[in-house]
Amino acid sequence: MAEKLVVIGNGMAGIRTIEELLKLAPEAYDITVFGAEPYGNYNRIMLSPVLAGEKTIDDIMLNDLQWYQDNNIKLHTGKQVTHIDRNNRKVVTDDGLEESYDRLLIATGSNPFIIPVPGNDLPGVITFRDIHDVDQMLSASKEFKHAVVIGGGLLGLEAANGLMQQGMSVTVVHLMDTLMERQLDPPAAKMLQKNLENRGMHFLMQAQTEAIIGKDRVEKVRFKDGTEIYADLVVMAVGIRPNVELAKEAGIHCESGIIVNDTLQTFDPKIYAVGECVQHRGMNYGLVAPLFEMARVCANHLALHGIGRYEGSVTSTKLKVTGIDLFSAGDFTGDEQTEELVFQDAARGVYRKLIVQDNRIKGAVMYGDTLDGPWYFDLMRDETDISDLRENILFGQAHLGDSGHGEESRVAAMPDTAEICGCNGVCKGEIVKAISEKKLFTLEDVRAHTKASSSCGSCTGLVEDILASTVGGNYSQAPHQKPMCGCTEHTHDEVRNVIKEHELKSVRAVMDFMEWDTDDGCSKCRPALNFYVICQWPAEGLDDYQSRFINERAHANIQKDGTYSVIPRMWGGHTTPDELRAIAEVADKFKVETVHITGGQRIAMYGLKKHELPLIWKDLNKAGLVSGHAYGKALRTVKTCVGKEWCRFGTQDSTYLGIELEKMTWGSWTPHKFKMAVSGCPRNCAEATIKDFGVVCVDSGYELHVGGNGGVKVRATDFLCHVKSEQEALEYTAAFMQLYREKAHYMERTAPWLERVGLTYVKEQIVENTENRKQLAERFLYSQKFMQNDPWQERAEGMDAHEFNPIIKLDDSMKRAS
Amino acid sequence: MSAVMKDNDWIRIGMLDEIPRLGARVVETEKGNIAVFRTATDAVFALHDKCPHKGGPLSQGIVHGDRVACPLHDWKIQLETGLAVAPDEGCAASFPIRIEEGIIYLSLVPNEGCPDTV
Ligand code: SRM
Ligand SMILES: Cc1cc2nc3c(=O)[nH]c(=O)nc-3n(C[C@H](O)[C@H](O)[C@H](O)COP(=O)(O)OP(=O)(O)OC[C@H]3O[C@@H](n4cnc5c(N)ncnc54)[C@H](O)[C@@H]3O)c2cc1C
Ligand code: SF4
Ligand code: FES
Repeated sequence: MAEKLVVIGNGMAGIRTIEELLKLAPEAYDITVFGAEPYGNYNRIMLSPVLAGEKTIDDIMLNDLQWYQDNNIKLHTGKQVTHIDRNNRKVVTDDGLEESYDRLLIATGSNPFIIPVPGNDLPGVITFRDIHDVDQMLSASKEFKHAVVIGGGLLGLEAANGLMQQGMSVTVVHLMDTLMERQLDPPAAKMLQKNLENRGMHFLMQAQTEAIIGKDRVEKVRFKDGTEIYADLVVMAVGIRPNVELAKEAGIHCESGIIVNDTLQTFDPKIYAVGECVQHRGMNYGLVAPLFEMARVCANHLALHGIGRYEGSVTSTKLKVTGIDLFSAGDFTGDEQTEELVFQDAARGVYRKLIVQDNRIKGAVMYGDTLDGPWYFDLMRDETDISDLRENILFGQAHLGDSGHGEESRVAAMPDTAEICGCNGVCKGEIVKAISEKKLFTLEDVRAHTKASSSCGSCTGLVEDILASTVGGNYSQAPHQKPMCGCTEHTHDEVRNVIKEHELKSVRAVMDFMEWDTDDGCSKCRPALNFYVICQWPAEGLDDYQSRFINERAHANIQKDGTYSVIPRMWGGHTTPDELRAIAEVADKFKVETVHITGGQRIAMYGLKKHELPLIWKDLNKAGLVSGHAYGKALRTVKTCVGKEWCRFGTQDSTYLGIELEKMTWGSWTPHKFKMAVSGCPRNCAEATIKDFGVVCVDSGYELHVGGNGGVKVRATDFLCHVKSEQEALEYTAAFMQLYREKAHYMERTAPWLERVGLTYVKEQIVENTENRKQLAERFLYSQKFMQNDPWQERAEGMDAHEFNPIIKLDDSMKRAS
Repeated sequence: MSAVMKDNDWIRIGMLDEIPRLGARVVETEKGNIAVFRTATDAVFALHDKCPHKGGPLSQGIVHGDRVACPLHDWKIQLETGLAVAPDEGCAASFPIRIEEGIIYLSLVPNEGCPDTV
């Protein structure tokens, strides 16, 4: 029989945990949920738009009663749990109902704080927490005129805005001299206040409430200085207190919240707690993103998978008042150790401040234009070194050559028909619809349901923006540390370190040692692990055939109709009549449908049948043609121009250097594909400045450029350094490739990698530290000893024959034969 | 084993060892290919070698757990049922498999439950 799980609190964190649990182990428990509110589960953060008349209660329901039925969950709505009997492992409700548990999950959220002043219990004095409160505000707004909101924080301002939208005259009373002092610095707070005042909101700053006055209902609010204002409705939004009474009474260790460890377990191992009611490593959270992270980890442990850890969250906030854009994250006040980068354009109403310490972003405040908020947040969370971005960072990501992501990304203004994901043809309207109908919260969910951003990923930022503007405020942003994939909690870097430290030499060994959640990984992590293993252990590492994508197993590119393409190497873009003849003969003999000159200076043959590939390769090999690795996360092409040999402007022998580079690097596996080019002069005909590694020849030697990228998101290279000789150019190339191989995440090209680690870091490793450069180059060349075998030749000679042939061919007569 | 057929429906297609673990081989038939997969635990499944999305050859995908990831656009297909993993929808026909003494037998009569046919 399944164990019994009882959940106290039918709110956002508790039910999110159950959803995650059902994904992992749908049959593990008989689940019972108690909720004090008389509804299914709803999206509390959307109460603000409901109050403002922008959404209805129906719009914000996350799970209706049917969902509980469908998942065999017993739901008791409108029932408050009043006692936890830990000895007999049962809970008791206000109306005497008892339910026993094997495991208990406490998710009681928090209670709004009511300031202890006379009159605080008068009719018309309410808080802003649940549907009931919103109902009361909406009905008051129909009858009365004057509303006073006590508290100028996020919640207070959202309440004030909503009430104003409902036609009331609203005064916000705030104890401090600036609004939202926990999220905004004074300049941003002043801009916000001014904007709200222009919309008709009134403010009483530095005002301390002394009493609420009225006979049958609230009539006035009086302050310490003796002044009074009229009020038919008073909303207290001065803060929340974790709801811990129940747990405390049951003897569970609590401070300001219920104390939990990194697995969300309380002091009693049978009892877990998630959400606003908990205190983790000294922190209480009041935003959904961290609660969702907790939910994921907690579910993992309830499902007895038992390896996730919650290590705390970095949070960011936005204000959900339509037409006001503000964003705040991290530490925005700073101290002696930190510096401030500030941008202010009063005319446009734009303000940005970044707090920076040791070239890492520690906090951000933005007002007026917050499109770059998520970007700053990522930089902050990943602790990216921003020395190379500093100059332009305040102008935003669009300013850094992020083509196609600039002005157009004003998602809110986009029509529903605007195409967001070019790969899968998904329009804004479809995404919005999926998010609201299917109650999606995360980027992964949106990807799964709409396919938007699931292919090349260039529209990820837009999709995140749409998610944020549709779900409101703080949709569940990616967790603090991004795990490699759904199969593990570990990050790319953790995995790489462990492979090295613990000498793990196969994909299986890594998954066993690091306790993978799934039996044998997935199509995302296995290829990554395989690369990490063979990169770290070029000689002894086991190259796991089944962990490679089909192109790297078949050594050709799969096409949409299941046929393959073949592209032989043309060293540095050079070819000969013999090679061309061999290609022509193969094309005739195997009836190749298309022969095409590629964008990489070589010739491709299309429409080839898989079982003929080894035969084709045999013929190509005879003329000296080998695999071009056009299919691999590997060295691709080295483009060159004719250079000094022919060109009237050429300064060096660019073709020769290109060929040498290709001879040195071919066959090496890289985190993503790796392309090079050598141009004979700064006219740069080989387009070296959009390559992963580019050389531009000049009269005095060779300029080396790194981190360029054509493709999805064009990025011009950064200048690495100037060298004098070909020999040095080769050494720097080997060192750079090795650094990239050792440090980048799988599927991360040099361009995003360089932006993540910073050019300064790469220079330190390669230019400034000669010894280190030599060692890197040496490791690269050592690894090449094991990689430079032409995979086509091996297969033409019979390797992996099973890959290319059916196990059996059946025709009707053979059906009965073996 | 000399007896090839167990009864009229079962066709001997080869030995278990001929399919790599976490891999697949193809049975070519006149009407189209059938992909025969072998999981890490040596379970064997057969599916029409045609992804319900845009016809990708499932035999070329990465096998993990009880699923295969289609090589073209990474849909995940359940090996036992041929159903696409939600939220994707669709299925590839699945075929009965029997293994005896290391020999794999396939039936060309698809399992019920999927409108796809070979
Ligand atoms: C064949 C070729 C197009 C052509 O007919 O000219 C080609 C074809 C493909 N490119 Fe490309 N790219 C080709 C040159 C390029 C170039 C130009 C270049 O190399 O100078 C670029 C832009 C430069 C760059 O990479 O920075 C290019 C940027 C891409 C991208 C975007 C990469 C990015 O990081 O943004 C992808 C997608 C990916 O790799 O994830 C891609 C992916 C592909 C794939 C592998 C798509 C796929 O997964 O099936 C295509 C495989 C075709 C095949 O089956 O053979 N191809 N691709 C070119 C092969 C060159 C060669 O000789 O090897
Ligand atoms: C108006 C408003 C706007 C917000 N906007 C944002 C935003 O933009 N971004 C953001 O990240 N966060 C926002 N929040 C905060 C967010 O809603 C909370 O952090 C989140 O809902 C907390 O989840 P929880 O499950 O811990 O608590 P809750 O969602 O409050 O759930 C707790 C539930 O437990 C029930 N309960 C309590 N005790 C008992 C008991 N003894 N027996 C039975 N049931 C019990 C309660 O009735 C409640 O339904 C907002 C909150 C409000 C009120
Ligand atoms: S870059 Fe252009 S001009 Fe310069 S050598 Fe090459 S072909 Fe000539
Ligand atoms: S054809 Fe299989 S995922 Fe697209």
